[in-house]
Order: sequence, then structure tokens, then C-alpha cells
Amino acid sequence: MSSSGPVLYDVAGPEERARERRISIVLALLLVLLGGGLIALLARNGAFNDRWLVLVDVPTNFAGYETRHVWQAVFRGLLNTLTAAAIALPLAALLALVLVSLRSSSLAPVRWLVIAITEFFRGLPVVLVMFFGILVLPGATQLIAVVFGLTLYNAAVFAEILRAGIAALPKGQTEAAESLGMGSFLTYRDIQLPQAVRMMMPSLIAQGVVLVKDSSLGYIVGYAELLRSVSRVADALTNAQYLLPLLTVGAAVYIALNIGLSRLAVWVQRRSSFARRAPARVVGTPPMP
Amino acid sequence: MGTFVIEREMLWNAFSTTLSLAVVSGLAALVLGTVVAGLRVSPYRPLRLVATAYTEFLRNTPLTIVFFFFVFVTPSIGFAFDYRTAATVALTCYTSAFVAEAVRSGINSVAVGQAEAARSLGMSFRQNLLIVVLPQAFRTAIPPLISVLIALVKNTSVAGAFGVFELFAMSRRLTNVYSADVIAILLGVALFYLVICIPLGQLAGRLERKVAFAR
Repeated sequence: MSSSGPVLYDVAGPEERARERRISIVLALLLVLLGGGLIALLARNGAFNDRWLVLVDVPTNFAGYETRHVWQAVFRGLLNTLTAAAIALPLAALLALVLVSLRSSSLAPVRWLVIAITEFFRGLPVVLVMFFGILVLPGATQLIAVVFGLTLYNAAVFAEILRAGIAALPKGQTEAAESLGMGSFLTYRDIQLPQAVRMMMPSLIAQGVVLVKDSSLGYIVGYAELLRSVSRVADALTNAQYLLPLLTVGAAVYIALNIGLSRLAVWVQRRSSFARRAPARVVGTPPMP
Repeated sequence: MGTFVIEREMLWNAFSTTLSLAVVSGLAALVLGTVVAGLRVSPYRPLRLVATAYTEFLRNTPLTIVFFFFVFVTPSIGFAFDYRTAATVALTCYTSAFVAEAVRSGINSVAVGQAEAARSLGMSFRQNLLIVVLPQAFRTAIPPLISVLIALVKNTSVAGAFGVFELFAMSRRLTNVYSADVIAILLGVALFYLVICIPLGQLAGRLERKVAFAR
């Protein structure tokens, strides 16, 4: 997607194209050399030694680990990651609905309180909220703490996205609803909210991807998500060398998961005819965790 | 809050570590990210490919994994950093991908006529990018860039779990020592993050409105 590419330079004629191709080839060669050099250096440091066997044929070890245990750990970790995300996502959406509804309340103190809550949780690191959950919630397991952190942070962000969506609706929508005699609650529930949700769907899904990515912060509070799960394998085998292949698998799983979700976001955006009207960017919505 | 008065030296240490982590890796990420964005719109395919792979890879990897890589994995392949350096490198790499995206969308938002006019004056790609497009792109990119920096400030908390003593690590130590005072300590630490993040957010919102009016 180099959409701005061709604008910045002339569409080349045959001679220029040939020159560009030559430069491209030289650059490609340079990059290959560079990459090759890096790989050679890593190989000399033993990055490609028998440590990768841990993924296909675990050497005999005191922990009694077999290859299938390694992959079981990967899938258990993935399952735990998805569990946390799957619980937190609907909870955050629900809480965001409550927040954004209260934000259009006619009572000023209620609005202030909601603004304070949103700003508070949007400005905090998710890990800190998870940590708070572990220490303060009575009887909290790690899962509950992770869900607690993910839910509160993402509810605040979702609420902010929805608010921007409502603000971006054409004024005529509300006016038409009022002229039909709909009260402010009905207008909000039947006119504003559904349109805002549809308009903001791409941003909401993008934030959903962030939520999945953030579930890996559970590692820090001791939740056995993907990263913790694979690092435990290396611990059990008492060999830090295995971290490289195991982490490679973990990262690959996360990347596949996130790219899949991002594709979904693009697809929804294309499909939704409302996407045209969405503002280019939501005011103050951070594009990342 | 009494705890913070007793431990004010530790608090100051932790807070300044958080700040300096954010500032150093923020500046490095701005430079690196802009270069990557420049590569991504360059006429040479290999450069575009490398830049695209770099941003997509880092944008989709959780920060925890990036940290884990630089702290625990690189020593086993012959590159050992101390915790502070590892944290700075991890934050820089991760953030630079988001900076690159923000700058690239800024570049995309510059009116096509600008680049066309520059080309019709005979400017090369380099001149076009450096003199005409990037200065305008940065103006549009500033609000999203501030959002990226806010996220960076919050992300420094991950460093606390990987051996760097900053605000989050301090909250872990203090809640351990003063276990009767947990809520006050956590709220106090939260306040320090909010002191940085909320004003930055306000600034981003204000600038955004300004930019929107100017167009």
C-alpha cells in the first residue's frame, strides 16, 4: 500500500525506469548482503544450533518434557490469552455503553464524573490497573486481574471512540428525531448510538486488536498467557537457549492473530457504507496501547 | 500519602527514570520512525518492502514480547544489554513503528497538488519529500504523534517488569513494604502517570482542532 508513492516522483520513462531498476537491484543486493551478514553473525553466536530441536524433537531432560508438551504449552497459552480477551471484550463494550450513555446525561455532575473516570483510566498504564486488581480486589485470581485491567482501560477508550462518533453525526439526525417527537433518550438510543457504532466500527475493531495484544501484559502479573506459558517451558528445561525458538513461535502466533483481526477491520471498513462519513481520526484516541 | 513523603528520594528516582526512558526512546523513535516512513514512500521497491515488513512486524507484536526478546533472548545469541539499555531499545523499536505509521498517514494527507507542483518545478524525490511534503506532513501528524508519545509514557511501565526501577517497579516495591497502604500508593503512582498523560492529551486535542481549522 504505497498509496502516496507515485505522487512524490514522476512516472518514469523507459530510460529512468531502467536506471531505477538498476538502483533497486543494487539496493536489494546490499540488503541481502546485510541480512546475510547478520545471519552469519547470529550463526557464529549459535542462534541456529540444535536449540531449535525443542520445537520438533525435545532432547531428553530431567523435567520429562516431550515435544507434545511443548506444543500443549503453546496452545494452552494461546487459549488463556484468548479467554482473557474474550471475557474482557464484551465487558468493556458494555461498560463503554454505560459510560457514553451517562455522558449525555442532563445532570452535569454525572457528566463530570464520567469524564473523570474516562480520563483517569485512559491515562493509566494497563499493567498498573491489572496490578491494582491483584492487590485490591478480594480473592482476585490472575485471570480476574487481567480482565479487570483490560476491561477498565478499553471501556474508557471505547467510550471515547463512541462519543466522537456521536459528535460527528450530522445535526439533522437529532433534529429530525426531535421533530418527530422522540425524547432525548429515544433519540439517543434509536438514532445516535446505532449510527455512531456503525460509523466507528473500524476504530472499535482496531481497539479490539489492541486489547488482544494487551492481554500479553498478563505476563507481568503472572497470568499464564502465551508468553508466560512458553517461557515456563524454557524454565522447566532449565535452558535459556530454548527461549529463542519458543519466543519465535509465540510472536508468530500473536502476529498471525493480530493481522487476522486487522484484516477483519479493513474488510468491515470496506463493507460499511457509513465508513465514508467517519472522521479521519478520532480526537484524542491513542492508536496503540 | 505519607509513604511518598518518607520515600521521596525513591519516588524522585523512579519518576525521573520513567521520564528519561520516555524522552530518550521517544526522540530515538521519532528519528527512526520518520526514516522508516520515508523509506516506505521511496521509489525503490526493496526499501519499501523492508520498511513495510518492519512496521507490520512491530505493530503486531505485543510490547511484552519485544521486551522479553531484548532482555532474555538476545544474551543467548551473543548480544547482552543491561536492563536500562534493553528497555530503551525495546521501547524505541516498538514506538518507531507507530511513529512511522503516523508520519506516513501525515504524508498521505498532504494535498496531491503540493507534490505535483514540486515535481513540475523539477524537484527530485528527495527535495520533494524533504522540502515540500514532510514539513506539511508533520503538521497533520503532530496530534497522532502526541498520542503515540502518550502511549509511550504508559508503555514505560512494562520496563518495570524487566529490571528497570521506574514508577511501576516502585509501586511493586512500596506495596510490598507498606502493605497496609496499598490503595493510597497505587493511586499516588497513578497520579504521576496522569500528570504526564492528561496534559499531553489535551494538547493533542487542541492542536488537532487547530490543524482542522487551518485546512
